[in-house]
Amino acid sequence: MDIRVENISKDFARHPALDGVSLDIASGELVALLGPSGSGKTTLLRLIAGLETPSDGRIFFGAEDASLKSVQERHVGFVFQAYALFRNMTVLDNIGFGLKVRPRASRPPRSEIRRLALELLDLVQLSGLEKRYPQQLSGGQRQRVALARALAIEPAVLLLDEPFGALDAQVRKGLRKWLREIHDRTGHTTIFVTHDQEEALELADRVVVMSQGKIEQVGTPDDVYDRPNSPFVFSFIGEASALPVAVENGELWVGGRAIGLPAAEARGGPAQLYFRPHDVELVEGDAALAGVVTASRRVGGTRRVELEIGGGQEPVEIDLPFDHPAGTRTRIAFRPKRWRLFPATT
Amino acid sequence: MADETANFPTVPAGAIAEPRAVRLLLIGIAVTFMALVLVLPLLLVFLEAFAKGSEAFLAALTDRYAQSAIRLTLLVAAIAVPCNLAFGLAASWAIAKFEFKGKALLTTLIDLPFSVSPVVSGMVYVLLFGAQGVFGAWLKAHDIEIIFAVPGIVLATIFVTFPFIARELIPLMQAQGTGDEEAALSLGASGFKTFWYVTLPNVKWGLLYGVLLCNARAMGEFGAVSVVSGHIRGKTNTMPLHIEILYNEYNIAAAFAVASLLALLALVTLVIKTLLELRFGDELAATRRH
Repeated sequence: MDIRVENISKDFARHPALDGVSLDIASGELVALLGPSGSGKTTLLRLIAGLETPSDGRIFFGAEDASLKSVQERHVGFVFQAYALFRNMTVLDNIGFGLKVRPRASRPPRSEIRRLALELLDLVQLSGLEKRYPQQLSGGQRQRVALARALAIEPAVLLLDEPFGALDAQVRKGLRKWLREIHDRTGHTTIFVTHDQEEALELADRVVVMSQGKIEQVGTPDDVYDRPNSPFVFSFIGEASALPVAVENGELWVGGRAIGLPAAEARGGPAQLYFRPHDVELVEGDAALAGVVTASRRVGGTRRVELEIGGGQEPVEIDLPFDHPAGTRTRIAFRPKRWRLFPATT
Repeated sequence: MADETANFPTVPAGAIAEPRAVRLLLIGIAVTFMALVLVLPLLLVFLEAFAKGSEAFLAALTDRYAQSAIRLTLLVAAIAVPCNLAFGLAASWAIAKFEFKGKALLTTLIDLPFSVSPVVSGMVYVLLFGAQGVFGAWLKAHDIEIIFAVPGIVLATIFVTFPFIARELIPLMQAQGTGDEEAALSLGASGFKTFWYVTLPNVKWGLLYGVLLCNARAMGEFGAVSVVSGHIRGKTNTMPLHIEILYNEYNIAAAFAVASLLALLALVTLVIKTLLELRFGDELAATRRH
């Protein structure tokens, strides 16, 4: 089912959590709401679910206005950050809960509920654990049960709040792949909230980057990574180095020296240059960014070098292969291979 | 109040271990104090009860007035406890799961019966429903008896025992948060089904414990009941009041015989609680944990 969020605002007692947010999600899409804490991503998810009431704006499920519907009527599969499994019920009863509580007229017979629950348990690869209680499961297993429970009600949309937040890195990676598979098999429209950009980029069809109650950018993972539309998105998604530059004669200048980057279309005057630390090439000669090495440390397979360029500015970071000979130099000249210009901040 | 006696955290030896002598001294003080203040009086109650032999004991219990006092006490508890069960659940549900204006006030009000002397609570009811009270004339005109009758005793008991269940449930429900309820609602459960299948099972042990405490107090309440009852033998005397009358009449053996029965009820309550904790200790710990 496709989902349309129209100009939604939500004010909590002290501060606005969402400020006029609009978003279209196509049927069957897997969308990530990505942002730092306090960006309103969880609030948006809870508004779509009907767990919160918007202060303003509307939400459509298909052609239907869902804003007026209660959470029960919306038929959303919600997976909570802390899973919220019912601790007094077995795994099987947890999964079958959504069917068991239906009104008598639409409730499947008990044997049918059991069969469906077992089938879902199989889908989430936990067959054999149906008699366990939530306390007897690992974090990853609880996560799977929570997902199976949400899928049991044949949801119009699947909503996941920080689905892997409480898991350790290893389990998280496995579950990520597995969630993608489940999504491709079941075809549910899925929205998940995360603050982990890697998770969003790897898993989602489209990423919605949020900050301070607003949507900053919506796009495919490649879009938001390669063509971020604001300094915030650039630095929030992936590593970023920033440097104040001047645009003059269709070129970028730092400290009175041209750095060999053409900027024919840019407006003259001060600007901010953004680039990825790993996306640079070392150059010899003068038309480059040259800096004094102030710090250098090995991070796994790369060496991260901090350079001071010009006087008194924040150092910028670049990545070199850890065994690159330049790693031992005190002065390095480089040019970003890909970069973006944003207006100078005052 | 609901301390985890069942799974007392084992204190690791080492940094915080006291020398043996200090430990023995502390334990010794605690045990001596307990023996003097708790065990000895309780023991005396039972000894005194049988001071004149078991026939006198039985006679005191089968006495017409004693029987009526026992019946009344059971009746009052049977009304007061379910009422407070409903009130306590509703109040703690509201306080723990919802945000509303006046929440702090409500939380404080629930504690009121603990902080006000029971005698004062009794007086308030007399002022409200007594012959000279606010509603006195109206009640008399409609032939409704509250003060110096069973309804007054029930009201006073409900008032005094009100906090027990709510106090037990509020911290528990607050610790558990609203996640489980939200999950149930999102799965399509109605409000009632959410309560019945999710909220209630999550707090059942705390609830049971609260009921046991509430029941013990309902049976034992003296002050407030004493003010509103009027001490009419065979009609408005509860067990504690009956004991007092017997005692004032120097009928010591009979007084202690009835007292021993009351004490026994309290002991049974404690035993049930301990058994429950032994039997369901793990599950109890699991519901407390989040």
